[in-house]
Amino acid sequence: MTDLLSRRRLLSAGALSAGSLLLAGCDKLSKAGAFRDAMEGVGNLHFGAQRALMGDALAREFSEADMSPNFRANGSRTGAANADWASHAASNFAQWKLKVDGLVLRPLDLSLDALKALPQRTQITRHDCVEGWSAIGKWQGPQLSSLLGMASLLPSARFLVFHCADLYEGKPYYESLDLIEAHHAQTILAWQMNGQNLSVDHGAPIRLRSERQLGYKQAKYVMRIEARSTLAGLYGGKGGFWEDSRGYQWWAGI
Amino acid sequence: MNEAADPPKMVKRHRLSTRLWHWINVISVAIMLMSGLMIFNAHPRLYWGQYGANPDKAWLELPDFPGWITIPSYYSPADARVWHLAFAWVLGTAIAAYLVWSLVNGHLKRDLLPKLVELSPKHLWQDIKDHAALRFPTGEAALAYNILQKLAYGGVLVVLLPGIILTGLAMSPGVDAAWHWLPEMFGGRQSARSIHFLCAAGLVAFFVIHIAMVVLAGPINEVRSMITGWYRLPQPKAERSKDHD
Repeated sequence: MTDLLSRRRLLSAGALSAGSLLLAGCDKLSKAGAFRDAMEGVGNLHFGAQRALMGDALAREFSEADMSPNFRANGSRTGAANADWASHAASNFAQWKLKVDGLVLRPLDLSLDALKALPQRTQITRHDCVEGWSAIGKWQGPQLSSLLGMASLLPSARFLVFHCADLYEGKPYYESLDLIEAHHAQTILAWQMNGQNLSVDHGAPIRLRSERQLGYKQAKYVMRIEARSTLAGLYGGKGGFWEDSRGYQWWAGI
Repeated sequence: MNEAADPPKMVKRHRLSTRLWHWINVISVAIMLMSGLMIFNAHPRLYWGQYGANPDKAWLELPDFPGWITIPSYYSPADARVWHLAFAWVLGTAIAAYLVWSLVNGHLKRDLLPKLVELSPKHLWQDIKDHAALRFPTGEAALAYNILQKLAYGGVLVVLLPGIILTGLAMSPGVDAAWHWLPEMFGGRQSARSIHFLCAAGLVAFFVIHIAMVVLAGPINEVRSMITGWYRLPQPKAERSKDHD
């Protein structure tokens, strides 16, 4: 009896310590190193596979009846940490201008009225947060490709970086797209959401919509779009705030 | 009568493809489950339909899963996604190869497809009673899967694992752009997420019963047969049980 009990105790103690060793091992493997690099490499297969699968396919567009009754605002709720944004917000962004620069032939300064005067695209799409929730909303704005046509990218341009007014955890928020996603028909600069001017908590005056990717790519409070040849050398070098700060994937299609 | 005198009969029970797939699954399903629970902790609410977020009605809301059952053990959905998105390829490639191979070598049809007669309520009920009484088949009869085994293994192979992979893909905005029908098949992305979670719960239930049955049926013989393929045929205990009757 005691023999059995002690054996059982020994076995469960063994199982527990083996379990905690395994868990500690997994934690260690999660950190930077060859194993994590290998996992990220395998994970990157999703990017290639999805690109091959989707071509220029559009994300599904819904009808008004499908829309979320209450679209949750997430992440930053204001760009007020940026003095420039704050002063424009005080005058309803009447004097605000979007800068398009970097590797372009003709740098642009576009007012909100100029963006509204461009051909518009309206789309009712599903916004999927990396956390798991979804909300369906209606977005309107000019296609990013119109702006890129006006500015004319230089041949060396490979990425578009979206510089935002908001600070997250004290750092400037930013995001980036490659040229394929930048020229996608549903990639727009939304100044309108659900039929109204974009509210401050959803990213006024304009927010990027890249509908084939997760929510953290949908940068709010966009102030400047910069065409670059590489993402290296900018902030953490991984092409976005969440990519730099937590290691989320740059390709956010999954 | 004289079975006791015979040396135990050893038979080759599991072919290499089954053994390989089994142990790949032990690793990849465990990693997918534990990293999945960490990702779930980022938003531990489930919904039905296309959308679902904090203002919407959840059908299930759970407290966070504790660190001893998540990968990593500290809060990081980002690190959990690195594991989950990498081992998804291991899990998906392995089951695709195994399904194709099992169709080719006849394993699916011969060993796993239930026969019509086995699905009769009478047969099913008898098998349930036998399991509940821990009466396991002996001799040659122990070589073929009984109907509850067929339903459990077949259910994992053609329902739970394909279901969890397809609902996983249906949560990807990139895959959804290419295949609008995929999330639609499950009633929308949030329904797919709910079903993803339910399939995971089904796999956990399978795991618990599977381990219990292995322990009851003789863990050393069972584990050896899944490693080397060799299985010792259980001896009939008819005489012994007669004494007790």
